[in-house]
Amino acid sequence: MADPGILGSTLPAADAVRERLSGPHGPRPKRALSGTNIMLYGTLLIVAMYYLLPLYVMLVTSVKGMPEIRLGNVFSPPMEITFQPWVKAWAEACTGINCDGLSRGFWNSVRILIPSVILSIAIASVNGYALSMWKFRGSELFFTILILGAFIPYQVMLYPIVIMLREAGLYGSLTGLVLVHVVFGMPINTLLFRNYFAAIPSELFKAARVDGAGFWGIYFRIVMPMSLPIFVVALIIQVTGIWNDFLFGVTYISSPERYPMTVQLNNIVNSVQGVKEYNVNMAATLLTGLVPLVIYFASGRLFVRGIAAGAVKG
Amino acid sequence: MHSVEIRNLDLSFGGLGVLKNLNLDIREGEFLVLLGSSGCGKSTLLNCIAGLLEVTNGQIFINGRNVTWAEPSERGIGMVFQSYALYPQMTVEGNLSFGLRNARMPKAEIEKRVTRAAEILQIEPLLKRKPAALSGGQRQRVAIGRALVRDVDVFLFDEPLSNLDAKLRADLRVELKQLHSRLGNTMIYVTHDQIEAMTLADRIAIMRGGVIEQLTSPDEIYNRPVNKYVADFVGSPSMNFMEGVIDGGIFRVGEARIPLDRYRASGRGDMSGPAWIGVRPEHVVTGDAAEGAAYAAEVPVELVEPMGSDTLVWTTFEGSRFRLRMDGQSQVRKGDRMRIGLALEQSSLFDSASEVRL
Repeated sequence: MADPGILGSTLPAADAVRERLSGPHGPRPKRALSGTNIMLYGTLLIVAMYYLLPLYVMLVTSVKGMPEIRLGNVFSPPMEITFQPWVKAWAEACTGINCDGLSRGFWNSVRILIPSVILSIAIASVNGYALSMWKFRGSELFFTILILGAFIPYQVMLYPIVIMLREAGLYGSLTGLVLVHVVFGMPINTLLFRNYFAAIPSELFKAARVDGAGFWGIYFRIVMPMSLPIFVVALIIQVTGIWNDFLFGVTYISSPERYPMTVQLNNIVNSVQGVKEYNVNMAATLLTGLVPLVIYFASGRLFVRGIAAGAVKG
Repeated sequence: MHSVEIRNLDLSFGGLGVLKNLNLDIREGEFLVLLGSSGCGKSTLLNCIAGLLEVTNGQIFINGRNVTWAEPSERGIGMVFQSYALYPQMTVEGNLSFGLRNARMPKAEIEKRVTRAAEILQIEPLLKRKPAALSGGQRQRVAIGRALVRDVDVFLFDEPLSNLDAKLRADLRVELKQLHSRLGNTMIYVTHDQIEAMTLADRIAIMRGGVIEQLTSPDEIYNRPVNKYVADFVGSPSMNFMEGVIDGGIFRVGEARIPLDRYRASGRGDMSGPAWIGVRPEHVVTGDAAEGAAYAAEVPVELVEPMGSDTLVWTTFEGSRFRLRMDGQSQVRKGDRMRIGLALEQSSLFDSASEVRL
């Protein structure tokens, strides 16, 4: 219990504080051009340039004609803008015997991407849900084994998977590649979903069970609507990961007709015959990077929110 | 007929026994409170009744039906949780009707039940809101409503008021009691708050280490605790204890000789040998009344805690800390000496070894 004397003596102090608060207040005004600010913005500017300059070079080169490129001024803006390199990269560039550009690779990649992303997210989220809310005997061990998979270098498994796919009759097909992407996306995505779902209060889960919702009922009607941010995070990770994949594409696809965009890009850029068409190469590279870029811009805000939510709660 | 029967219930987590051979009969329409400190197994028992935990051994009957292996939704129970556990993405109406929609009930019937529950709990204006837009008290009303719409015989409450502030808790406590008398359902209520237990319960079960120590009316628990643990656990400020020896109808502690002829022995143990005497602070009388008590003594006042309605006085009696409760008007001061008397009629004696009430 506080001594009444002490309590009494603190009252005038409180009044004084209140008086000071009622005067003009708010953050202390700052000078715009202080030494700290110059340092801060200067550093930011340099770092931004470091990242943006290559992009700039790619952009300007991709709209220059070959004569202009041969002049060697990589940083100079184009004197004459031409979109011919973009058209050529998309529809005319040759890889091997096919001369229909990157468009073939693009559609192959789309055909790989969509089922891989849907399947891997669907399976990983149900995995994470079961492992966090429907724990069974040995579920922790199961989870540990699954996570161990994330630490084994891909190169170790490359050839065994070739044999497995061959035995299953899937080697060289898009289906086989989709299967590989789904399996390899499993550990990290399951971890992601499990940790996010583990932060959902268990009483919510209990209440839903008393309300008669079963395994799927709780998943679709309680858990999923609460977890949009983590689905977006998984979507971005999977889309960029699968779209940018080169190693699996080049290993498990046997014929150039079915190569994904990245492999085809490599073949265009690295072709040794003829002149090096830098403008076409730049355009092709930008085209290939477009899909992850669009995904980032469209869902970046949700992405950050999802990552942060996992960081605080998980 | 019994509403809920629990037969020889065992539950262990990896060899660690949480509930041990527990038996419990709950009458129809009874308000039973499971009271105990944290880790005593009270919430675990409630989860077993709800079907949210699989029991290791034993059986559970609700309304005469063996539900030991039934799903929670098939047991005829409604449950209210400490954290409210409202579905955040649904409106209040959606929360209330979720269970009914799962049971594929006709729309008109759902509407009728939701309206009735909302009316009972006075949450009609909130039906279209999301839980995030509700206050703590409103959320807990919705949670109660979710149990209400199920139209079940048994309500389970898992510390429903613990997350609310003191004033709101007192208000909702009264409302719960009114709700019980209006509906007449069986209610099983888990809490660690003895005020809630004393005010709400028809019977209280005091639990410790997975075992029910005493199961009886609040009055009996308070005035005739079955052992020293129960005596110490219930009551705030808690009971005064002194260890001494019973010898020929006299309790000897230090220099004091307390005659036991007014003590109402339970007949359970031998009235001799080492024992504890327990006296609640309000059963220590002062002033003129002290002279009429079974035993009186003079003690120094060491600390005075005025609490408004009454005053708590700390003193030392035969080497033990002793608290006594006086009315709020008393003018006792630190350093005074005062006469106190022990009301043996309302005191408790416990065997030193077994700690059982004598």
